[in-house]
Parts: sequence; C-alpha cells; structure tokens
Amino acid sequence: MFKSLKVKTNPPMSRRWLLAAAAGLTLAAAGVQGANAADTIKVGILHSLSGTMAISETTLKDVMLMLIDEQNKKGGLLGKKLEPVVVDPASNWPLFAEKARELISKDKVAVVFGCWTSVSRKSVLPVFKELNSILFYPVQYEGEESERNVFYTGAAPNQQAIPAVDYLMSKDGGSVKRWVLEGTDYVYPRTTNKILEAYLKAKGVKDEDIMINYTPFGFSDWQTEVSKIKAFGSAGKKTAVVSTINGDANVPFYKELGNQGIKATDIPVVAFSVGEEELAGLDTKPLVGHLAAWNYFESIKNKANASFIKEWHAFTKNPKRTTNDPMEAHYIGFNMWVKAVEKVKSTDADKVIDALPGIKQANLTGGVSTMLPNHHITKPVFIGEIRADGQFDVVWKTKGLVPGDAWSDYLPGSKDLEADWVKLKCGNYNKVTKKCGGQGS
Amino acid sequence: MRSFCSRILALLFVIGVSVAAATAAHAGPYEDALAGFVTDDFSDTADAINAVVASGDARAAKLLEALQDGRLMFSAENKKVFIKDKNDKLTDAATGATVATPPDDTDNVRLNNRVRGLLDAAIGSLTLMAKEPARRLEAAQAVFKSRNASALPALEKAIAAETDSKVKRALNEARAAILIGQADAKLEDRIDAVAVIRDRGDQDALALLNGVPGDAPPKLKAVVTSAIGSVQHTLAIWGMVQNAWYGLSLGSVLLLAAIGLAITFGVMGIINMAHGEMVMLGAYTTFVVQELIRAHSPALFDYSLFIAVPLAFLVSGAAGVIVERSIIRFLYGRPLETLLATWGLSLILQQVVRTIFGPTNKDVGNPSWMSGAFDLGGITITYNRLWIVVFTLAVFVALLAMLRFTRLGLEMRAVTQNRAMAACMGIRTARIDALTFGLGSGIAGIAGVALSQIDNVSPNLGQGYIIDSFMVVVFGGVGNLWGTLVGALTLGIANKFLEPFAGAVLGKIAILVLIILFIQKRPRGMFALKGRAVEA
Repeated sequence: MFKSLKVKTNPPMSRRWLLAAAAGLTLAAAGVQGANAADTIKVGILHSLSGTMAISETTLKDVMLMLIDEQNKKGGLLGKKLEPVVVDPASNWPLFAEKARELISKDKVAVVFGCWTSVSRKSVLPVFKELNSILFYPVQYEGEESERNVFYTGAAPNQQAIPAVDYLMSKDGGSVKRWVLEGTDYVYPRTTNKILEAYLKAKGVKDEDIMINYTPFGFSDWQTEVSKIKAFGSAGKKTAVVSTINGDANVPFYKELGNQGIKATDIPVVAFSVGEEELAGLDTKPLVGHLAAWNYFESIKNKANASFIKEWHAFTKNPKRTTNDPMEAHYIGFNMWVKAVEKVKSTDADKVIDALPGIKQANLTGGVSTMLPNHHITKPVFIGEIRADGQFDVVWKTKGLVPGDAWSDYLPGSKDLEADWVKLKCGNYNKVTKKCGGQGS
Repeated sequence: MRSFCSRILALLFVIGVSVAAATAAHAGPYEDALAGFVTDDFSDTADAINAVVASGDARAAKLLEALQDGRLMFSAENKKVFIKDKNDKLTDAATGATVATPPDDTDNVRLNNRVRGLLDAAIGSLTLMAKEPARRLEAAQAVFKSRNASALPALEKAIAAETDSKVKRALNEARAAILIGQADAKLEDRIDAVAVIRDRGDQDALALLNGVPGDAPPKLKAVVTSAIGSVQHTLAIWGMVQNAWYGLSLGSVLLLAAIGLAITFGVMGIINMAHGEMVMLGAYTTFVVQELIRAHSPALFDYSLFIAVPLAFLVSGAAGVIVERSIIRFLYGRPLETLLATWGLSLILQQVVRTIFGPTNKDVGNPSWMSGAFDLGGITITYNRLWIVVFTLAVFVALLAMLRFTRLGLEMRAVTQNRAMAACMGIRTARIDALTFGLGSGIAGIAGVALSQIDNVSPNLGQGYIIDSFMVVVFGGVGNLWGTLVGALTLGIANKFLEPFAGAVLGKIAILVLIILFIQKRPRGMFALKGRAVEA
C-alpha cells in the first residue's frame, strides 16, 4: 500500500499549468457544443456561521471560498465557473439536515463541503443517502463509519489518537505509564476513549492506571478536574493526559493547568482538538511543551504550505490569520473532487463517487494523499509541542502516510468489519460472517 | 575545521577588541560538547546537555539558561552555537565573540519535554550554590523533581553551606528524594529520608513514597507504608478545605454573573435573556482596553483591569439603558413577549460582536498580579480566583450600599415596591426604570471584566452563564440580594463537593434535580420576600 504512495510531488506551478491547459481544452470543447446555458457548477458549503461552533467552522467556510475562487481563476471546472452556495446551519444539529436538503434539492449543488461535530454529520447522513449527493467531511472524528455518499478527509482514530499514545509511550515521549483520558461528553470523545482504553489495555496498561473523565460542553470551572489530574499523577509513575476536550472549554482548561503550575515536563497533555485557531485566544507561555496530534501544522516548512498560507493571508486580508488541520483537509478534499470530476467529465454524483477512490492529491506537508476505497484518505501524523508563540513545533512524525481505518481494530464490535466501496460495495462488511451489513458495536 | 574556524575568529576578536577572549578558543570538553547542539536531534541535544554539565566549565550555566529561554541558536552549516542576549545580540558560545552577521541558516536549538526536564535538572544542579536564595530554592526544587543521583555530592556541599532555612529544607528534601530510591544507600539514611518526605506531606511526597520499589528491605517498606498513610490522611483533610475553596470560588463567579440579573429580573421582574450578552460586552470592553494599552503604553498593562472596570460598566450600562428605552418599556407586564424580544436581542448582539471582532476567541491577558498561584498549607490557591472572590464581594457590598444609602437606590426600591405610590410622590418612574435596568446591565458588564480572566472571550461567552444566573436568582429568592449571595455560594459549594464523587456532568445534573425539588417545596426560593411587596 505504501509503495504506491511514493509518487513524486509535482511542483505546484507545472500542475497549475496542466490544470489550466485541461480547463482551456474543455472550455474549447464546450464552446463547440454551444453549451450556452452559461450555467455554473454549484458547490454547497455547510458550516455553522453562528452559535457555539462558529468559532471553528467560519474559517472553513472562508477557506472553501478561497479554494473555489482560485479554481475559478484557473478557468473553473469543465468549462464552467464554480459557484459557492453558503448556508448557515447555526450550530443547530437538526438544522444541518434541513439546510443539507435545501442545498441538494433546491440549489442543486454538485457536492457539499461541511459539518464539524460528529452529531451534525450523523444528522445529515440520511439526507445525503436519500438524495444521493456527496459530502466531504474535513474534521478528525471517532471512526466507526463509512458511508457511500461521504468522503472523510479528516483523521480516523488510527491517524491521530493511536499514534499520539504510541509517541507518549516511547522514550522520547517520556515513557508514560499512567493515563488520564479527559473529554467533553459527546460521541467523539466517548468513542475515541473507548478505542484508546482498549488499545492501552492491549498494551498492558492496568485498569487502575487509566482514569476517564467527562465534562459538559463549554465547561469553564476546571479547578476540581485539574486537581484530580494532579492527584492521579502523584502515584509515582509518569502520567499523561489525553484530551478530547472540544471547543471553548479548552481555554479555561489550559489556563487552569498553567495557574496550578502543571508543566508539560511533569504531566504532558496531548490534545486532539486543539489547533492554532484555539490557541489564538490564549497566552501560551505557561503551556509550552504540551502536545497536539494532527496531520498538519501551520509551522511545517514546505513550499506548498508556504504558498497556501500566503494565499490565505491575501484572501482574508489578514496577515495574522492562522491555518489549521481541517483547512488542509478541505484543501485536499476539494482538489480530489476537482480531479475526479475532470476524470469522468461530469458532476453526476454516482460517477464522481466511483471515480474518487484512487485519486491522489499532494497535501501541504510534502506527501501525496490518496483516497482509499473506504472513503478515508492516507495522511501523515505529526506530534507538535506548543511553542511560546502559539504555533507548534513538530517533535515526531510517522515514517510514511497512514491509511485511514474506518473500523477500529481494537473494539470488539468493529474489528471484524471492513469498508470497501470499490470491490465489496459495502461500508460495513463483516469478514467473519462474509456478509455486508454486519453491525458495528 | 571547527576548531580552526574558532581560532581564526578568536584571533580576529583578540586583535579587534580584547585579549581576554583568547583563552576561550582552546578546545576543551565544553567546546566539544557544543557539537551536539548543531544536529537538530533531541537525543544529541540531551547528550550535549550532560556533556556541558560534566565539563564543569564556568560558562555552562549561562549556556543552559539560554537554551532554556530559547535563546540558544545554532547554524548547522557552520557548526556553530550562538547565545542570543536580551537585546537580540548574538555571541559565539565557544569563543564569547560578538557575531555581527549570523549565518543564514541560524535557528533556535529545539527542545522537547524529555530534554526540557533534563535541562531543568541540569540547571538545578549547577545553580545550587547561586547567590540569590530564590535561585537556590528553584535549583533545589528542580533536583527534587529530577532525583538525579549524580547531583548528590553537589547537594551535600550545598546543604553544608546553606544558611537560609527554607532553602535548606528544600535541599534536604531533594537529598531525601534521591536517597529514598537508591538501593545501595545506607538503610538508616533511607529511613531518615522517608521521614523528611513524610513531613513534606503533599502530592509530590505521595508520588515519591508510592514510587519506592517493591523489593525494598522490609524495614524500609514498613516505614514507607506508614508514611503513605500519614500523608494520605493530611491530604484528605486538605482535600476538604480545597473543595470548600473551589466552591467559594465557583460561587463567587456565579454570584458575579447573577448579581446584575438580581436587579433586572429580581427587582424589576424583567426576564432578560440578553443578560449574558451584557456580560460579553464587558469582556470585549476589557479586550479593547488591553489592545489599546498594548499598542500605546505597554507599561500600563498591569492596570488594564482597573481601567476596564468603569468603562465596561459604562458600555454595558449604556447598552442597557438603550435597550430599556427602545424595547423593554413597551413590553412591561407582558413577560412572554419580553422573554422572546430579549432572546432575539441576545442573538443580535452576539452576531454584531461576531461581525465586528470575528468568531474566534480573543486573547485577554492576565496582568502579572492575576497569574500564578501560591500554596496555603496543602492547597494551591490561584491568584485569579482569589481576586475574583475579593472583587465579587466588593461589588456586592457596593451595590447593597448603593441601594440602601443613595437617593437613586431609595427611588429604585420605592418604584419596585409600589409604582403608583412612587409616581404620586413625584418620582419619575420611567427614568428610574431605565436607570435600574442600566445599573443591572452595567454590573453585568463589570462581571464580564472578571470573567474575561478565567473564561474565553468569544461571542458565546454570555450563553454559558445565563442559565446559571437565573438558577441562582430563583434559588436564592427573587427580589432579594442577600438571597442571591447565599444562593450562589450554596450552589457553588454543593457543586464542588459533588464533583469529585459524581463527576462534572452528573454533578451538574444532581444540582439541577436538587433545585427542582427545592423549588417544589419553596416556590419563592430560600429568602422569599414577605409582605405587600410580593403582590406588587
């Protein structure tokens, strides 16, 4: 699997020329056919612009507008201009389903880029299945899902959580023996922690060395929780915190850590939902050394990344706007969709869905990501330490790209399941009973 | 090549500036150790730190401190290490020569947690004999944490020379921490070490005692077990004190958020769903004040909150007066409409702030007197929480005094108790309504200043507090400020005593259930108003 990934990255310029040439050719072809419909290809953007999740999702809307704008500057797609259709589901999960329906049936979009929380994704799934459209989902999530109509460009647990734990267990990570799994109380942290608990136990960690805690969304009084972590860490073994705390609650959590003097050298915290964006509202000096695991960091030095950041700053007219992992996921997803559409010369959902697996796209960290038959992509995993300036310093990375695994190998209900939309045409094929539709846990 | 280069450099330096640096050019163990910093590899950096310490060179402490502060630079191409001073000037670490134009590939020597821990310990062992007691204390604590056996001789020397009792104690504890885990140390020494650690009596002591390996001699093991019991006993008592303090702190935050609502909802009877947004406006005022200070006079930063408090009061208060005059006064006596209108208003305010400031969190800094913590016995008290408790009580007392002793306060009470009679006595009730609502909103704004120190400043800031605020006011008794005080503190402390057992989620649910049951029993809250005011 890895062999096929070592494709040499084209320099961005030549690829752009190629695309422009291809677009020009199709434009000419379209002109011959006399398609004077002058219509556009509509691209739906389904991200909350108000409510709790606006803090994270507004940026994704902006990056989609930038990507579409760039594509249009290169001549659009299939000779047509791309037209973004932005709706605001307002951090309201049922409204996501309504807005998705509106995008597909009323606006007739060819594809939708959207959702952040797992609960919003679960809420739009039936709509995409019923109306047979395509959703690109850009956020790291808990796995245990593979749908025909959804392409997951964020990390599955084996592309984020498991490598992070591996790093902490290693000598460089501090040979951690005792674990606190701290999360916000909803589906992503609960499932991730279930997988991590099973994984840690498989690695020989005892029950009494694992503590699992949940707090509500937007939790702000962390005094008790942090002192609990401090107490748990005083058992004479190296302790680390694995944080799946999501959204706003992170800021007071880190503030309390800093105030109570828990340094990264004593009890490191590795977070799966804290990126450059979240740290923007924080004084990061007391947090130096705490960790985050992602597939992309803004600080990664790379030509493609540098030009992406430059374009982003120019597009937002703000030289301080940070970039983050889900933005890169949209960058990859959007370009993969463009390539698939160009390959089949149509935006028809069925054709594009069949064309997407196998499509390769250079990511922003120097590798080439591939869309897999299970609708997840291959990604490198980076562990970064928080620097005093709010950026991350990469201290560890996986050797190659890690293929996303939809069904975790560490959960009893899901380890027999396999997703393959190319050969098996099934998102939850049971390898033991040899039947499609085997149940996840 | 490297030594040749450094010789040349040193030569130039000698000619140009001074003769003293010439000696530095002779390659010794210190200069050799520097090679480990230029490979950008954490293991090499770790080895280099150990080698620098082992070299015993006088420059070692300065070098390592630069590394700790991120001021140690390297150039992989030229294989050189530079120390950057506070004014961004580079000096060559090997020769001490000033470097005017650093090579293009000069970059910081990077650290990770493992290296950082090692570095802390290394600096600790080097600064045990420093002049300032504070630095010696820091060094002793670093050695205590690292338990690095190689620091033992230095430690013994430092203990013998130490005069400061606090530092001496820390040094003894560091020595004990090393001895306790050393299998080849004398048994009596180890047993004495256990006693020293037991007297320390905190989490770290417990960690150390728990870490004594199982194959220790039985006599030592017995001492350790009894010491663990004694430390745990002390910690359990302090745990209760800690819960009470956390409860007080949570209660004061609740009180601060609810106290404005106690005026608008409690006294005026307006269900103001936009109360949280008044808090948010106060927090954003703090942000703007800090931005201006950062841009114009950074020296004033520590006073930013004192400037922000009156401004936040004015901003939120003015917003409150405008809202009352333009919306709420048309809706008096129609609670449902008021509720819907103010809820809509809260959404509008959120979106306005989101449009102006953007959806991301804003960085509101803590002034130096609000950062950090101090130890009181066995508990850690963070300064920001302490000041918020003090601040809340001050606001509460000021408000109480205002209602009791000023003319405006008298008029407010008169209008809320009997509007018609107050109007007959010549009080302009409409004006008082607007001012009362403005006062409640202004206090919410002040709360925003305090909350910006512990919570994130985002457009959603207010939403997190609105439910809790209503809960406090209803629980405490509508229309009674003392009820709000007792209600907030009761809820805070109850919550914090439940949280360790039930967890944060269940704890909150349990509190809600208790309040529902309580309201069933006493619908008017803890301190119900009595008399004619109730019917008004």
